[in-house]
Amino acid sequence: MDRILSNKKYIFLFVFPAFLLFVTTIMIPIAYSGYLSTLDWNGYSEKVFIGFENYKNLFADFPEGFTIGVKNSLLLALLSIFIQVPIALILAIVISKGLKGEKFFRTVYFIPVIISTTVIGQLWLKVYQPKYGVLNYLLSAIGLDNLKQSWLASTETALACVFFVCVWQYIGYHMLLLYSAIKSIPKTILEAARVDGASNLQIARHITIPLIKPMIKVCVTFALIGSLKTFDLIYVLTKGGPVHSTEVPTTIMYRVLLSENNYGLGSAMAIFIVIECLLFTVFIQRGFKAEAHTY
Amino acid sequence: MHIIHKIRKKKYVSYIILMLIAFIQIYPLFWLLTFSLKSNLEIFGANPMALPEKFMISNYTNVLVNGNLIQYLLNSSFVTVVTIIFSNILSAMAAYAIARMKWRFKGSMLTFFLLGLMIPMQAILLPLFLMMKKTGAYNTHMALILPYTAFAIPMAIFIFVGFFQTIPKEMEESAFMDGANLFQIFRRIMLPLIKPAIATVSIFTFLACWNELMFAITFISKEEVKTLTVGIMGMVGMYATRWGELGAGLVVATLPTVIIYIFMSNEVEKSFTTGAVKG
Repeated sequence: MDRILSNKKYIFLFVFPAFLLFVTTIMIPIAYSGYLSTLDWNGYSEKVFIGFENYKNLFADFPEGFTIGVKNSLLLALLSIFIQVPIALILAIVISKGLKGEKFFRTVYFIPVIISTTVIGQLWLKVYQPKYGVLNYLLSAIGLDNLKQSWLASTETALACVFFVCVWQYIGYHMLLLYSAIKSIPKTILEAARVDGASNLQIARHITIPLIKPMIKVCVTFALIGSLKTFDLIYVLTKGGPVHSTEVPTTIMYRVLLSENNYGLGSAMAIFIVIECLLFTVFIQRGFKAEAHTY
Repeated sequence: MHIIHKIRKKKYVSYIILMLIAFIQIYPLFWLLTFSLKSNLEIFGANPMALPEKFMISNYTNVLVNGNLIQYLLNSSFVTVVTIIFSNILSAMAAYAIARMKWRFKGSMLTFFLLGLMIPMQAILLPLFLMMKKTGAYNTHMALILPYTAFAIPMAIFIFVGFFQTIPKEMEESAFMDGANLFQIFRRIMLPLIKPAIATVSIFTFLACWNELMFAITFISKEEVKTLTVGIMGMVGMYATRWGELGAGLVVATLPTVIIYIFMSNEVEKSFTTGAVKG
């Protein structure tokens, strides 16, 4: 048996197909992106090597809106971590206590997660529509006519409206992850605490939350990385406008690459996003030293 | 008595809050369903929140017949099914070699694949685009299947490796004694044992492919190969002022995932949590 399991030919046959596809479709292209990011090139012209010039441009806010985009994506990350995840945590704690309709709430909260962002985006475009959208209709129905807005067309409200949908869509996802972590805590621990007279709030603070810290870390990581990579929803809702107010790095990258054919600059943005994601992942792993619990 | 009363009141409050959030999560989707069944006259009439007076099934037949929606559905199904098959086979094989076979670099190989989990799709958009223009893969289903599979591999390998490690050695040994070769052991014994992991990987891959927009919109421009997400983006212009038809298109695009979810919600929920814990 051992002889077969250490047979080089078999090992090669099993690993190589996945390895080949992975390397040719992801690893080599990334390296190629890195190379392109040092060029001044539009796809047709002569490739001119310009070193880190493209990266310097990014930090000098060229193309216009890039620094706003970076700020926006970081703001979205903060909102996700400090609003979306906490709401999800509260929901998870409340419904995991075994109240009636536990499964109903779990399913309903999760449904937006499985629906295509393209569909969600189109739907919310209609919700925010100034004349026939539900939001303005609701506002006038409850007598708040003066709050009616053209939500996505105004630089003052567009960002908040877009971010609301981003946070809305994935609350159920974080809720489910935290819920399943809470469910895996042995009942005896919670019962013991209850016998000792701990209140629900005390149990949540001193038992549930510390025990699910590893899963909270997973959620925070997902929320952060997801925010830095956001594209679909903003592309569908506003394409970064009006006047760059809802821009994120990926929407600018998409435009620079595919409408303006500025391949060097666009690649520099792509590499910037990769490095951002890697750095923040390491950051969270370090800053969030959660030890795993075994029961 | 007083305490019981207080507990009961608290319970009501939490129910009201839970219901309120459930309403916010689900109402927009319900509203989509209602306007997909309305005529323009009704949609742009006085009350956008009212239920449809007369169910306009014609919105649905219109988009299905004139809007190429059936073509998009078929394309999305094809791309998704092939990706699911490819990613399961390739990842299960690689994971088997990493988890069960004996060789020096298996640890590093696993780490290498897992690097893929942290790489955003945006980073390879342009290189792939250039490659596809050059090789003629542009505007074919392969242009989507290959990158979708590649991006599914890291997570799939991790899930499979976790599963393979829990299978006792004796299973393979006794089959080997009976004269089975390694491929037979893999196909007849190992694959059936990791069925739950295959379900997890398939659900993940399904949702990722079915809903992906950026690659699809960049690599596909020909009507006959468009998938649902690209197709819907195209329909938006066509039906800009006809919400009913557009709504019907959105509902049709969403229906398969929601149906799968409602029938398999336990399975789907389990998959999401396994995926997260592993990732």
